[in-house]
This record gives sequence, C-alpha cells and structure tokens, in this order.
Amino acid sequence: MGDTFMGYRRKDGKVGVRNLIAVIPSVFCSGKVAERIAYQVPGTVYFRHPVGCSQVGEDLEITAKTLIQIGKNPNFAGVVVVGLGCERFSPYEMAEGITGSQKMLETVVIQEEGDSLEAIQRGTKIAREMQQLASRQQREECDVSELMIGLNCGGSDMTSGLFANPALGIASDKLVAQGGSSILSEITELLGTEHILARRAVNESVAQDIMGTIERMEQRLLRQTQESSNSSRNHLISTGNYAGGLSSVVEKSLGSMKKSGNAPFSGVIKYGEEPVTKGLHLLDSPGHDGEVTTGQVAAGAQIIVFPTGRGTPTGFPGVPVIKVTGNPKTYLRMKENIDINAGKILTGESTLEQTGEEIYQEILEVASGKTVKAEILGHDEQFCITRVP
Amino acid sequence: MKEVMAKEKAAIVIDQKDNIAVALTDLTKGDDCEVRSNDTITSVQVEESIPFGHKIALQRLEKNEIVYKYGEEIGKMKEAAEIGSWIHTHNMYCDRGLKNG
Repeated sequence: MGDTFMGYRRKDGKVGVRNLIAVIPSVFCSGKVAERIAYQVPGTVYFRHPVGCSQVGEDLEITAKTLIQIGKNPNFAGVVVVGLGCERFSPYEMAEGITGSQKMLETVVIQEEGDSLEAIQRGTKIAREMQQLASRQQREECDVSELMIGLNCGGSDMTSGLFANPALGIASDKLVAQGGSSILSEITELLGTEHILARRAVNESVAQDIMGTIERMEQRLLRQTQESSNSSRNHLISTGNYAGGLSSVVEKSLGSMKKSGNAPFSGVIKYGEEPVTKGLHLLDSPGHDGEVTTGQVAAGAQIIVFPTGRGTPTGFPGVPVIKVTGNPKTYLRMKENIDINAGKILTGESTLEQTGEEIYQEILEVASGKTVKAEILGHDEQFCITRVP
Repeated sequence: MKEVMAKEKAAIVIDQKDNIAVALTDLTKGDDCEVRSNDTITSVQVEESIPFGHKIALQRLEKNEIVYKYGEEIGKMKEAAEIGSWIHTHNMYCDRGLKNG
C-alpha cells in the first residue's frame, strides 16, 4: 500500500481535497450576481472573469471548455452556474458539460429570474442548500494516486532554478512514482529543453507532441516580437539572466523544467482539457501564472505547488496553492505568504532531497485538509482563462 | 541561518552527473570553497572571481567538452578551463539560440 491522504470521494470516482460549492458565472455580465451569492454563503467560492461573450472560434471554445472543466474539478461538491441569458456561451451548455461529474448542479439565469436581486435571492437559496448537503460528507482514506498537482513558478529569482524547482521536482517524482499525476506548463519557459523533454516521453507519439507544442509556442513568440515595438526584447533569454549566471537558454529553461523532476511524460494536453491517463503531463499554456494554474485546475489538479523567489501572495479559488521559496530572505520577509522555506538549502540547513521530501509531505497534509497561507488570507487572484490572439 | 555560514565560501552540485557547481556566495581567487552535494562535502580551490549564482568548474574541462548542470548538457567549452575556473559565456557556448538568443 502506498501513501494515503484523507479526501472527499465524488460520485464520478474522483477525489477532492476541499469540499466547497463553486459559483461560476458563464459570462462576465453575471459576475457580480455570482459574487453576491458566494458572499452570502460560507463554504462557497466564485470565479470572476471577463469572458463568455463576444468571442469566436478557438478563443470561445477554450473559454467554454475551461469553465466547464473548472466546474468538474473534484474540490467542488456542487456548482451554481450563473448566466445572464443572451450570452454567446450559454449557461445551459455550461451546466450540460458539468453534468457528467454527477455533482449537485443548478443554473440561475438573471433575465429569466427577473432582475439581479431575484437572481441573487434564488442563487443564495440554492447555494445554501448545496452547502448544507456537502457538509454531511466525511473525508475518507484515499490512495495518493488520486492526487494531481499543478506545477507553476512565478516571481522567480536565481534561487528558483537552483533550489525550489529541483526540490519540487523530487516531490513530483515521488508522487508520479506512486501512480499520481503532475502537470508541467509554462511552455514559454521551456524553449531550449524540447529535446530533453521529448527524450523523457513514454513513446514516439508523445515525443513528437512535445516537440510540436514547443515549436508552435516559439513561432508565436517570434511573430509577436517581430511585429511589436518590443522586437529588441529577446524571447529566449534576457541580459538579466546572463548577469545572474545563466550562460545559455538551455540552462535557463532547465531551471524551470526541473519542477517536473525526471519522471517520464505520459502525454501532452490542450488548454481546457484533462489527461486520459495518470502520470506526468505537459499542458500547452503560456507562462502567465494565472493562465497556467487555471489550465491545471481545469485539467483536474486539486493542489498547486508554486515556487517563488521574489515572493508572490496569489492563490486560486477553492484550490490550495502551496508556496515554496528558495530565497531565505524572501521567506523571512514574506512569512505570512510562503508555506515552505527551500532557502534552507542555500544556508546549508537542508539538502535538495530533504526539502523535496518536506514538499511531498506538505502536499499530503494539505490534501488531507491542512490550509495553506494563500487560502487563509483569501487570495484568489489566479483564476484567469487564457485567450487566443 | 547559522552564524558561520556568512563567512564560509560554498557552492552546490545540483545533479551527481554535473561537472560544475553553482556558487552560493561570491567567490574570490584563492578561496577554499566547500562543494555541497546531496550527502557529501568536498572542496575546490577558487581560481578567479566568481559571483553568487555563477558556475565553477569541478574538474579541468577541455575544449568542446560538454558542460553538465541539472545532469543535462547546457553547452560546450569554447576553450579549456582549469578546475576552480569561472564557467560562463566567455568560455562556454550553446548551439541552441545562437542565432536569436
């Protein structure tokens, strides 16, 4: 028997590490009504976003798929979809997409209720009832293979690539070795390591998928830097990187890539989709912290582990974000925001292996209910769906 | 942070395959630098000034020899370098990104 944690088993077989009700607007127009509903009922979270209408093509598809997938995340026992009534992405289509998860699900549409006050009133009653039903569910012992973590670093400094990311890689490897799942993204930060990532693919088809995903991102960056007034800003490596001791783009990107340890890649997933197998996956996403973690939660991640060198306080609605810093000064300065001090590797008080184990144990504890600092302080800024230009 | 640490000169090896270590303090010529690996500590004599975060050679590196960090190739040597030398863009190159990086 491998390691276990105490989680909430859902009807579709997935396991949540939190037991919340998600209030999700299908369009930005219903954002305030969703916020008011969530405000009135403890145990709910809501998802502010600026999209859901006046979009077309792939851009609209990604918004639609992502909102549905957020609703399906097992950290949520129930979902209240809040729509306006005339938007391009119908709230009923969104609810239909979430149905497969067999969780509590209701749709409130402002134009059908009458006005925003009536929509808030009905939504509040629904959320109250769902929260009470959810509160009766107990945590039960679950195998660690039910866990999926998202890997994302932000506000990086040179300690990220040296200590926090490699230590997280050790924790990720440990989870994946026991049948769990882990997601690496930030394709913009992986340019130059495509041959190494491809070598770690489970088969030739996945290897080609990895190469193609990174190549497409590089072409997109090249187009953007050629056409904009910022063409002098290099998309691969900056002068600051060189000054910090990095001598090549491969060395820079390895620092980011090592969050994923050395485990084999089971597959590549598109934004707004979830993997069909367990194990380590690459998610096609640009490097924006919020876009990355939103894609990872949409893929089913119940926990995010977030190395930060300079220190950032952000969190995700309903999903614990474990902050790790490799900079001992940042830990001292931002103690109320950072959960793990990987800066102990720099000061000689810990090794990469020991800190990797510490991160792994923290993942299990957080999965069993321990709150992280971003959750306690109410940080929820990271929900942000990527757009296709 | 232990009091003694501020005085010590140290570098860390990230992967056992690496032939460089990363300076954890600013290093100067003549320093006796502690080299930390996961469970072993060795030392190397510093040959020139190496800033915090930069790389120090753990062995003599020949021209075109592969430089390993994270257990992976990060580039090759433009010229040979002695143990204890600073390894950076002046003596290391990488084909990837040469044209636009």
